[in-house]
Amino acid sequence: MSATPKSVAPARPEATDYLTVETSIRSWLLPTDHKRIGLLFLCATTAMLVLGGLLAMTMRLELLTPESDLVDPLTYDRLFTLHGVIMVWLFMIPAIPSGFGNFFVPLMLGAREIAFPRLNLASFWIYVLGGAIVLGGLVAGGADTGWTFYPPYSTSSSPTAVVPILIGVFVLGISSTITGLNFIVTVHALRVRGLTWLRMPLFVWSIYATSIILVLATPVLAMALALIAIDAAFGFGIFDPALGGDPILYQHLFWFYSHPAVYIMVLPAMGVISELISTYSRKPVFGYHFVAFSSLAIAVLGFLVWGHHLFVSGQSLYAGLVFSFLSYFVAIPSAIKVFNWTATLYKGSITYHTPMLYAFGFIGLFTIGGLTGLFLAALGIDVHVTDTYFVVAHFHYIMVGGTIMAYLGGMHYWWPKMTGRMYPEGWARLSALVIFLGFNLTFFPQFILGYLGMPRRYHAYPEEFQVLNVLSTAGASVLAAGYLMPMIYFIWSLRYGKIAPANPWGATGLEWKTASPPPLHNFDETPVVTHEAYDYTTVMGEEIEVG
Amino acid sequence: MADHAHAETLALRVQFDTAEQQKDASTLGMWIFLITEIMFFGGMFAAYTVYRTWYPTVFAVASTSLNAPIGAANTCILLFSSFTMVMAVRAGQLGQQRMIVFFLVLTLLFGFAFLGVKAVEWKEKFDEHHIPGQAEFHLEGLPATQQATAQLFFSLYFAMTGLHAAHMVIGAGILIFLIVHARKGRYSADYYTPVDVAGLYWHFVDIIWIFLFPLLYLIDRHLGK
Repeated sequence: MSATPKSVAPARPEATDYLTVETSIRSWLLPTDHKRIGLLFLCATTAMLVLGGLLAMTMRLELLTPESDLVDPLTYDRLFTLHGVIMVWLFMIPAIPSGFGNFFVPLMLGAREIAFPRLNLASFWIYVLGGAIVLGGLVAGGADTGWTFYPPYSTSSSPTAVVPILIGVFVLGISSTITGLNFIVTVHALRVRGLTWLRMPLFVWSIYATSIILVLATPVLAMALALIAIDAAFGFGIFDPALGGDPILYQHLFWFYSHPAVYIMVLPAMGVISELISTYSRKPVFGYHFVAFSSLAIAVLGFLVWGHHLFVSGQSLYAGLVFSFLSYFVAIPSAIKVFNWTATLYKGSITYHTPMLYAFGFIGLFTIGGLTGLFLAALGIDVHVTDTYFVVAHFHYIMVGGTIMAYLGGMHYWWPKMTGRMYPEGWARLSALVIFLGFNLTFFPQFILGYLGMPRRYHAYPEEFQVLNVLSTAGASVLAAGYLMPMIYFIWSLRYGKIAPANPWGATGLEWKTASPPPLHNFDETPVVTHEAYDYTTVMGEEIEVG
Repeated sequence: MADHAHAETLALRVQFDTAEQQKDASTLGMWIFLITEIMFFGGMFAAYTVYRTWYPTVFAVASTSLNAPIGAANTCILLFSSFTMVMAVRAGQLGQQRMIVFFLVLTLLFGFAFLGVKAVEWKEKFDEHHIPGQAEFHLEGLPATQQATAQLFFSLYFAMTGLHAAHMVIGAGILIFLIVHARKGRYSADYYTPVDVAGLYWHFVDIIWIFLFPLLYLIDRHLGK
């Protein structure tokens, strides 16, 4: 895609970018500018990533030895529950859509703002409120149910503060639903002249597909949580088998949301990867239409596979067969993406900037995560590895190896645009390498542990599993060091980084056609789009920064 | 369009190029919100469907304990409120500012009437010990073995009508907001989008009740006698 300003942009005074246009505290706490709201989301979600990571680190330390020594069993249960709740709802789901999506979707559409800016601001503060309630629940004793809150344990037997956590997650759901709604309307209503649907960047396509899931699935989770909260608070017993209620019904409602939620977490990441692969191989994404529509296909098919979480819960065998078959089906659009990214590299002018390293990491790790997902979709194998570390390793390859890699890749890619400063390339490449190695050392042994039969969610294990657990804990330490490095050099670069040009990567998106950082209403001149996405024939080479 | 941004008004916020584009976006936003509401209530309707299918007799008996004539009256009240809401939107289209206020106030009064009647019905349930989760729960006409299952019906009854009433209360809040602004003359034939989209919401909440009334009060009622 390319934009031709109608005339040469007039010289703009230096101090009018979105960061400096207003500097009061109020303007940062109550901004309606989508870019500032995006930054707020990125800061808040990153803080939650740190918190969730600390909880995980504590668990890994406990698992260093077979005995229960660092924490008692109940504390361990609370740790994995809160780790899940925080990572899923406070980090993974909002990070890329509400963070990068907020910042870049309007820019990529050539729009001045998102469709409903005040609703967008409300989304952020509702997120903060939900987060505060969850963390308040943590202080009040936390929950020990796992992030799935299965009744009847969560409604009657759990000794912990389940209800505040349920309310907190409900509130977080409102925030992400609002954000999804905002994106759908923005994409429909605010595309700039010439930007047809099939000229949109693939990041926008993936955020659009994600928004459809957010809007359709999140309310069902809200209802499921509301019903168990009512059960727990008033003793209603809608899911209580003692009254003839059905706990499996809760599992159906929960996974009707929570399986599509996996795609809420990974689709935006796939959108980021499409941008990175194209930019750093200087080629249009191979099979643009297939990649765009595979996002929608994932969004649709993702709604038809939730039953594979219930293979061993007493669901009918025939339902299990159908869900197993449909789960294989969802691998097709995911594979289309992986193959098309790889094909994009063919004869590309590849540069190995840090974001591209993360993109390579994503493709490899997501492929492992996806293929092991096929093992789990097979009824027979799933029965063997259900609730083992095999499952833990599988979804961490998708969530950490996929989503966090894309999150970090996007952070490096767009850092110059967001802050106006370059990050230090050498340190960034080193940290990408450390993270990749640390990640694999942490989670690959867990595939073996799970296959050997080590169950998840226990604080202690038989001695024969210790070597692999020590490896995993060592890997977690390396991973933590890897995550620490960007936090330091990003903050360092805010003051000492090189000043970023408008288009440091020679990329084609509209977000690179404006200043770094962009002005308050994104563009000095309304752009007009005249080309397909990723048209490198129109990008001049002289702007490219050689890192 | 030399200047990228333009001056901002209520009918034309900075992100939109034309007032029509803004109105379309707002309307689309409200329709998407209503889709989320359908999915939200859908979870509850799914639970209702499962339990109604499993326990048809108990549900039939339990539904006879609800007061159908009062429910029917409340349905009428709500349908009238939808009519007055439509009239408020029409007044907005025509730019009749006083009529907007008049019809919004009428809608609000009908809404309060509905909630009042609902409160009376709930009070009856308390008096008759039809509250699930309470030790003294007892539903006449069912053996002791089925009392537990009867509680499921009332759990759903209170959850569904309670959630519907919560939406009515939010709707009343929106109406009060609109009335205050309409009195200031904020809405005109050029800009009445808030009245329009609030109308969509109000009708949606009505339609939920149109489903709840037969599901809870009417279906198989004759079998339970």
